[in-house]
Amino acid sequence: MNEIHQEDTHRTIERVARESYGRLVAYLSVHTHDLASAEDALSNALVSALNHWPREGVPKNPEAWLMTAARHSLIDVIRHQKVVLESEPTLKFLTENSTEMSLSTSTQFPDERLNLLFVCAHPAIDPAMHTPLMLQTVLGLDAARIAQAFLIAPKTMGQRLFRAKTKIRSGGIPFEIPQERDLPERLDAVLEAIYAAFGLGWDDMAGADRRGRDLAEEAMWLARVLLQLMPREAEVQGLLALMLHCEARRPARRDVKGRYVPLSEQNPEQWLSPLIEEAERHLAEAFQRGRVGRFQLEAAIQSVHAERARSGRTDWAAIVLFYEQLLKVSGALGTRVGNAAAVAEANGLEAGLAVLESIDRDAVADYQPYWAVRAHLLQKIGKTGQASEAYDRAIGLAEDPAVREFLLQKRG
Amino acid sequence: MQFALMIYHTPEEFEMRKNDYNHPHLGAWRAYYKALVAAGVYVGGNALELPETGTTVRVKEGKRRVQDGPYADTKEQLAGFIILELPSIDVALEWAARCPGASIGAVEVRPLAPEAMRRGFTGE
Repeated sequence: MNEIHQEDTHRTIERVARESYGRLVAYLSVHTHDLASAEDALSNALVSALNHWPREGVPKNPEAWLMTAARHSLIDVIRHQKVVLESEPTLKFLTENSTEMSLSTSTQFPDERLNLLFVCAHPAIDPAMHTPLMLQTVLGLDAARIAQAFLIAPKTMGQRLFRAKTKIRSGGIPFEIPQERDLPERLDAVLEAIYAAFGLGWDDMAGADRRGRDLAEEAMWLARVLLQLMPREAEVQGLLALMLHCEARRPARRDVKGRYVPLSEQNPEQWLSPLIEEAERHLAEAFQRGRVGRFQLEAAIQSVHAERARSGRTDWAAIVLFYEQLLKVSGALGTRVGNAAAVAEANGLEAGLAVLESIDRDAVADYQPYWAVRAHLLQKIGKTGQASEAYDRAIGLAEDPAVREFLLQKRG
Repeated sequence: MQFALMIYHTPEEFEMRKNDYNHPHLGAWRAYYKALVAAGVYVGGNALELPETGTTVRVKEGKRRVQDGPYADTKEQLAGFIILELPSIDVALEWAARCPGASIGAVEVRPLAPEAMRRGFTGE
């Protein structure tokens, strides 16, 4: 075995693990409701692959190989748990299907990932844990990595994930697609959770902190999985379009010296046009389905911004119209502050400030984008004293040093 | 619930602080302090003098031992602390991430001992 070959094998294992992780966990847990055991079984299978594949070569159907190995490991785990009576049906299911699986050369097992996504975002689970659960069970991210993204101590994240999985196992949470009448609300929770992995993109505002979670790629992967499973849901496409538009601006958000560049000063030539084009395709298809929702409207706002690459100007009146629609379905602070910024551009600074003033002060005490927009508008209107007070708040609440530096410069 | 944010600086950061009382970083610290007060979470805190101004005292077997310099022999040294009143560790970590010290060194967040234990110390 030469080293290059071995490296290839490792890469193959990595790729298969990444692509199949969620499918395997979903399938292994759909009957047991036991996510932790399914994950343990799969990680045993991956260790086993690392031992066998470099010596014996990569199997023809790596996913089926992993499934068989994981299934055997899971049977061992369940037998050890000694709750024989309770686990009898599960064991039966696992052993019955296992011979057929090991003989099969094609991936014949059904894709249960949609069930898994709905379980992760079930209303009985703490909403703060929806995204971490998805990242772990569908993508196989470890607790430490998830903890970084969510600014939580790794040990704490591990404990919270464990508790959530215990609740799923013993709390009677069904592994099924919700019924028609619950679907919109339940789907919304799944979309929210995926968007939360993406982080909050407020870069359409002057010097607003962007709480990047460094998980943009993972969030888009989840959205693509969901779209593959629910190809006719307009909001799924809306969410993917929104994330693609934001991601397209990544290279333009910093100048060569690493300084923050707000959207209005970004050079559209640096935007990634293939991502914008893909976003536009999804958004157009979503609109055709005639069920406009929050994510399509947010994507539409980003789409108007993207137009600047072609037309050289920003149609703020159009943005305000989309915000008016958006406010009917989402009263989120981000929406209200974004609306104020857009109104200021379309209808004048005073009008924008008036919209800001209508937001409850207690709600924005530690909300950075509010203070960034407020500072910007007050400065343009010439109220220097009030502007620098607002700048201080925005600077003090900023997390990104580049944003902090930008605001310090602007405050003067 | 009260939390201590303990701010650790690198030698380079201390050096900068020593030479320039108008360093641009100070604007960020001032703004951070204002944001803490405005959010109603600030309890107290302060910046410390440079680590080399520290003196470490021990009493061993009845003998006084006095050492020049700070207690811990590490590259990053305690530069200041802030006490905050907050509902949870999650919120405390949010504020730690916003602290200018977090992007130039490190900020350790630790809960203060429970009220009952603190009363045990003070006898009040």
